[in-house]
Amino acid sequence: MNIVNIKKEFPIFNNKVHNNDLVYLDSANSSQKPQVVIDRIYDFYSKEFSNIGRSVHYLAVAATNMYENTRSSVQKYINAKDKNEIVFTKGATEAINLVANTFGQKFLKEGDEILLTELEHHSNYVPWHFLRQTKGIRIEFAEVNQEGEVTLPNIEKKITPKTKMIAVTHLSNVTGAILPIKEIIALAHSKNIPVLIDGCQGAPHLKLDMQDLDCDFYAISCHKMYGPTGLGVLYAKKKWLDELPPYQGGGGMIRDVKKEGITYGDLPNKYEAGTMATAQVIAFNESIKFLNKIGINNITNHEKKLMEYGQEILRKNNSVRLIGNPKEKGAVLSFTLDGIHAHDIATILDEDGVAIRAGHHCCQILHDKLKIPATARASLGVYNTKEDLDKLDEAINKCKKIFNTK
Amino acid sequence: MNLKELYQEIILDHGKNPRNLRRTENFNKNAKGHNPLCGDKVHVFLKLNESKKIEDISFEGSGCAISMASASIMTDLVKEKEEKEVENLIKDFLDMIKEKPQLTSKSLTEDQKTKLMSLSGVKQYPMRVKCATLAWHTLTSAIKDSQEEINTEKFD
Repeated sequence: MNIVNIKKEFPIFNNKVHNNDLVYLDSANSSQKPQVVIDRIYDFYSKEFSNIGRSVHYLAVAATNMYENTRSSVQKYINAKDKNEIVFTKGATEAINLVANTFGQKFLKEGDEILLTELEHHSNYVPWHFLRQTKGIRIEFAEVNQEGEVTLPNIEKKITPKTKMIAVTHLSNVTGAILPIKEIIALAHSKNIPVLIDGCQGAPHLKLDMQDLDCDFYAISCHKMYGPTGLGVLYAKKKWLDELPPYQGGGGMIRDVKKEGITYGDLPNKYEAGTMATAQVIAFNESIKFLNKIGINNITNHEKKLMEYGQEILRKNNSVRLIGNPKEKGAVLSFTLDGIHAHDIATILDEDGVAIRAGHHCCQILHDKLKIPATARASLGVYNTKEDLDKLDEAINKCKKIFNTK
Repeated sequence: MNLKELYQEIILDHGKNPRNLRRTENFNKNAKGHNPLCGDKVHVFLKLNESKKIEDISFEGSGCAISMASASIMTDLVKEKEEKEVENLIKDFLDMIKEKPQLTSKSLTEDQKTKLMSLSGVKQYPMRVKCATLAWHTLTSAIKDSQEEINTEKFD
């Protein structure tokens, strides 16, 4: 599949926004959906629908197979060792909550430390904060540097004998910094500390290999990977999933239920209580096929070139200030504009069909550190082009004209 | 949608050079407001005299052009007014921003009405209405002296 004409695969680009072509620069928030994914949801509901698992009728068996096929596809896509290391959740947020909750119950006590970074999204902070309240654990933050990166030495500085888990983002949704996660994992393992990677921004853009990384937990958001909403993936090493307690109780996750007691089901059922997001899981297989057809390395290169082009034109634009300048950077361009607040920028850009995000992007810790209440963020996906970034630049000039700034 | 209606000259002027952006000396009432979605923050200071007239009003804060202009215009308009009158004016403004086509308050001059109506452009931008109302909800809290920090997420 040729990346040059990839926009054609996404029906949303046939629509106009305020009578303009859509310039979608909000993929870090959520990506658009290719026709194959939309069709798969429609076809499943209209021709093949059944719940999965227990029923023996034709539709149930077929749906169960399709659901499990996605699990195998995800396993291959991220090179996990075992199919049962893939757990479906309602999102990356739930995946992190699952780990924090069960790991906290089993292993954490008052005074234990969890090490995060100042780059973390609220979804990789709040679940640990719950443990601070209920268990009296401490949360430490590895410092972000001037360039908007978190370096290995800055992680190492904050590790103490009490550190029981390191939970860090793969790719910052604000500065775009790609963290040295393989090195962080090796360092942590040398001290017997497990590592959780928040892969929300990593998974859609970078090649993943769980066995090479040797990571313990990796959280994925499917709707950022050209897939449906309401779905996430938790990758966890089998030894952890065997050892940790279940997260939610209900149907499907049990083996035997008696008045006196309950035994839990085997993996992966143990962590998939209740009716799951069946249609979304089945459609997510199409997202994986779509990514595989283009090739993740092609995607990474395409987005890197675009990001560098975006950096170049925005740097030429007086009064634009890019946030962060990491050496390893993903396809995120956060910026401020002298004299114009991020929300005013977003409203004005929207009029031209340019969709960006403004605010703290669920990273208040980072914005407090930068002493900027809000930034504007253009984030890229597989469908973006140089023309999209030119339109961004034009629309920024329109903001400056309206506000009469230079 | 009309950007020119949203970013009128008056808004841009007050947004860029907000009036009463300072802290009243010897204020006797104050309240803080916060729009957690945008990070807009405003802190309103009031000095009421014995007959409950606003002797001075000021604000500190930061935010988008709409929120700063709204706070600036508001503080200009309510100065020298009685507390009761101000409460009516707040209600009148909030009604206008939400649904009513015009302001009905009799205590405003035509010129003042024009200034206030310049904020009505946000009606076409539902995500921005809270930017315009933040300062006004915060003023209500200051008058009540409720010590409650206003969070625009709690209002319609």
